Amino acid sequence: MTDWTIICNLREIPNLGARVVQTAQGDIAVFRTDGDQVFALHDRCPHRGGPLSQGIVAGKTVTCPLHGWKIGLESGDADAPDEGHAPCLQTRIDDAGMVWLGLAAETTACRGEDGL
Amino acid sequence: MDKLKLVMVGNGMAGVRTLEELLKLAPERYDITVFGAEPHANYNRILLSPVLAGEQTIQDIMLNDVDWYADNGIKLHLNKKVIGIDRIKRIVTAEDGTTAEYDRLILATGSNPFILPIAGKDLPGVIGYRDIADTDAMIAAAQVYRHAVVIGGGLLGLEAANGLKLRGMDVTVVHKNEWLMERQLDKVSAKLLQKNLEDKGLTFLLEKDTAELVQGESGRVCAVKFKDGEAIPADLVVMAVGIRPNTALAEQAGIHCNRGIVVSDTMQTFDPRIYAVGECVNHRGIAYGLVAPLFDMAKVAANHLAEFGIARYVGSVTSTKLKVTGIDLFSAGNFTGGDNCEEILLSDPVGGVYKKIVIQDNRIAGAVMYGDTVDGAWYFQLLREGRNISDIRDHLMFGQSHVGDLGHQGQNRAAAMSDDMEVCGCNGVCKGTVVKAIKEKGLFTLEDVRKHTKASSSCGSCTGLVEQLLATVLGGDYSDAPKTKAMCGCTDHTHAEVRAAIREQKLLGIPDVMAALAWRTPNGCASCRPALNYYLISSWPGEAKDDPQSRFINERAHANIQKDGTYSVIPRMFGGQTSPDELRRIADVADKYAIPTVKVTGGQRIDLLGVKKADLPAVWADLGMPSGLAYGKALRTVKTCVGSEWCRFGTQDSTSLGVTLEKTLWKMWAPHKVKLAVSGCPRNCAEVAIKDVGIIGVDSGWEIYIAGNGGIKTEVAHFFIKVKTAEEVMEYTAAFLQLYREEGFYLERTVHYLARVGMDYIKQRVLEDEAGRKALHERMMFAIQNEKDPWLERTQGGVGKHEFEMLTA
Ligand code: SRM
Ligand SMILES: Cc1cc2nc3c(=O)[nH]c(=O)nc-3n(C[C@H](O)[C@H](O)[C@H](O)COP(=O)(O)OP(=O)(O)OC[C@H]3O[C@@H](n4cnc5c(N)ncnc54)[C@H](O)[C@@H]3O)c2cc1C
Ligand code: SF4
Ligand code: FES
Repeated sequence: MTDWTIICNLREIPNLGARVVQTAQGDIAVFRTDGDQVFALHDRCPHRGGPLSQGIVAGKTVTCPLHGWKIGLESGDADAPDEGHAPCLQTRIDDAGMVWLGLAAETTACRGEDGL
Repeated sequence: MDKLKLVMVGNGMAGVRTLEELLKLAPERYDITVFGAEPHANYNRILLSPVLAGEQTIQDIMLNDVDWYADNGIKLHLNKKVIGIDRIKRIVTAEDGTTAEYDRLILATGSNPFILPIAGKDLPGVIGYRDIADTDAMIAAAQVYRHAVVIGGGLLGLEAANGLKLRGMDVTVVHKNEWLMERQLDKVSAKLLQKNLEDKGLTFLLEKDTAELVQGESGRVCAVKFKDGEAIPADLVVMAVGIRPNTALAEQAGIHCNRGIVVSDTMQTFDPRIYAVGECVNHRGIAYGLVAPLFDMAKVAANHLAEFGIARYVGSVTSTKLKVTGIDLFSAGNFTGGDNCEEILLSDPVGGVYKKIVIQDNRIAGAVMYGDTVDGAWYFQLLREGRNISDIRDHLMFGQSHVGDLGHQGQNRAAAMSDDMEVCGCNGVCKGTVVKAIKEKGLFTLEDVRKHTKASSSCGSCTGLVEQLLATVLGGDYSDAPKTKAMCGCTDHTHAEVRAAIREQKLLGIPDVMAALAWRTPNGCASCRPALNYYLISSWPGEAKDDPQSRFINERAHANIQKDGTYSVIPRMFGGQTSPDELRRIADVADKYAIPTVKVTGGQRIDLLGVKKADLPAVWADLGMPSGLAYGKALRTVKTCVGSEWCRFGTQDSTSLGVTLEKTLWKMWAPHKVKLAVSGCPRNCAEVAIKDVGIIGVDSGWEIYIAGNGGIKTEVAHFFIKVKTAEEVMEYTAAFLQLYREEGFYLERTVHYLARVGMDYIKQRVLEDEAGRKALHERMMFAIQNEKDPWLERTQGGVGKHEFEMLTA
């Protein structure tokens, strides 16, 4: 079951930046890319728990601020040769430009799930 | 766009590296077909020596197996030698009749061992040393036969001789010259080497001319006869007297060759559809025989094949290392000296150590080292950078660890380290891990090692050590010359080229730079964006717009991120002075926001550690003090001593001068952090000798020192000039720092900037050119006039509010 909630307007997330959303599941980092796509990951780097929301966003990746691991925004996977995964959540943007976050009833990795 | 057809002839090291580079740049551009005369996929030819010596196996040295070709959609024809190129129809034909059409063709046919034109050269048991087949033949011969003769006492010959000896044969090395490896070594070091190899059981016959190879009863070679009439038994003869570029195919196709396939700086042959890379090439009259230059060529060829059209190959300086376990030998550049050259020499024949550095115009022109090669990589780097060595000359011979008294930059002897010793202190990587990754993953460059092991990817102080490990495992030197290093993987341009383009084309935004210079990635990466942002705001103050999203989090949040995701706050205390009132506010803030740690820093101010990000604006507001920019590539502290105001020895008011300097300059951004200090007398309590600009008050005025550094590698500042007044100190300091701001590369501290451009240049710009100095000073003042206190902007003006507010769901 996915629980959809509005978190903010797209404008409120800086281009090539992120916002942190506090949820019952912990902090979620919501990123905005150059092409106005929005991705959400748990705000914990698989390396040593660095806050991914504070990293530099380029293309569809974020570079962790603590030791520079690169994490794919779509998959939550660390760039090879590093190995690790930050669980992802679903997002969507509605016609009014509001950003929705899909909170799963249980935290699961996004891979394997598709669609709404 | 339809895919073009790319055919490559020669499946060796240079060719396949070109394909790898090409696939990185333009994976979809070509349908690729590869012909290789050998039955093997791509392997690391230079590691054939350790295979022969029994230290590695063929499996260990494979670089790309057949799956790699399949995974990248490359059609691979192994065991098929190409025998014809039809340049009109654009078709290549292999021995077995296989054909392939091309739009573009790469020739990477390598070279052939040179076989002396003497009687008996074609006898069974006579071979060159080039490929897996030769190596297998030698290993097989060693199992049955006893006497081996290696003709040629160069790198290859000695590695072959050593391997055969380890496989149990009696080995004699025959050499025409007076000493071994005359192209890499001078006589003294060569004699040391010979002695060492003799101790390992090899026999040498020097100044011997081979006349003929004699056939035995079995039909196989049985002896080597010399021109002086002497003869020695031989069941195996390895000819290692040199290599010849393999140009047969190109010549047959009518492509211009002259001791190699002649190519331009874009690696194109006289037929522009046909590229050539590797040992088969003659570039500006030179045919290279080591892999480092070939990899540079591969990059350039790939760049043009990908239709980027910007790279140029301009030649390489090479270095060599003999891959015989237990022997340390290194040579690079011009080591024989000559007119206008000076030599620094250290010779201890009994201890088995010999080092020679050849210097020309205050720059290293070459080096030979035997027995102690720890600093080989360092000398080679200084050589390639063309670094002016006058300032370190008296320590040069003693190696990198003696330049500066503290710091750990590879003075550990990589070879002597045990596998479990730590190489990289930041990431906890041991020698064994690095060596294993180099061998198993086929790594060649520092970049590769950083990516795979994280060693040397943080503070970089172990870079020298990692380079040594690369050199020890692989032999030779594989890193690019830093001068020509691209900024990052997103571009082929260097820092210098990017700075120049921003200035000359008046580029004002990051997207403009990326468009003008054809960046490969849509938004760059975490390494180039901060650099571009700095270059823009420092080149066009007031015009280029600062981009917070291209700044590292510390500069975006104006506080230092800590390992638990909290932040530290260090307010500015000009010149290290504070007041009861400020101290009271700091104490109150610490209480109010439950800040766990309050610490006095090494920079004479106070650090509040463990502040929650959301609390930052309120903490700043309550403190009511300006930002210490302790997180920025900016002016950090101006350390001062009490000076003449109180101190019984003080000759000048160092505190006031320090406060004035800091109040004037504290809002400047820079390529890296900048630290100043002012001492009131030569007792130097403010430690100015390790600051970017250090000032010492003396009775008659002020002495200014520049480009000291107290960090990873301690470097003592250089005396710059003595002036009379505080106003002059201000002008000279600002002018020097502005020059650094305009010309320094991102993350280059003043010490590295000085090393790159030389003291003479800085003196000329700041000391000798008075109008120039005043202009620099003025540009600094102009650049900082618009800068604001970032904390005030965020507590009052609401700048970047979103940075500190969390959303909820
Ligand atoms: C707080 C402080 C240690 C302390 O508790 O005393 C400190 C803390 C850090 N230093 Fe430092 N350095 C501190 C004085 C120094 C000094 C001493 C000085 O300034 O007199 C040095 C040697 C002098 C020099 O820079 O030449 C020093 C050389 C370094 C270096 C090595 C720089 C180099 O060029 O080799 C780094 C790494 C870097 O900048 O890349 C570094 C990096 C750091 C960082 C920023 C590491 C990081 O990226 O997080 C630490 C931040 C901790 C924090 O959040 O506050 N710190 N650091 C000092 C702050 C001084 C201040 O008031 O601003
Ligand atoms: C034993 C040994 C030790 C070495 N040690 C070092 C060292 O320590 N450091 C260093 O830097 N360098 C070293 N080298 C040199 C290094 O290996 C070469 O510089 C490098 O391999 C050259 O690459 P290449 O691609 O130009 O040629 P190669 O790697 O030789 O590749 C050429 C390939 O093309 C094939 N070919 C040729 N003609 C045709 C044709 N008509 N059709 C199809 N295929 C064809 C050949 O069979 C060969 O496989 C060493 C070499 C040897 C042999
Ligand atoms: S404060 Fe400086 S010396 Fe201490 S751990 Fe951090 S970077 Fe290293
Ligand atoms: S915690 Fe993210 S890279 Fe180390």
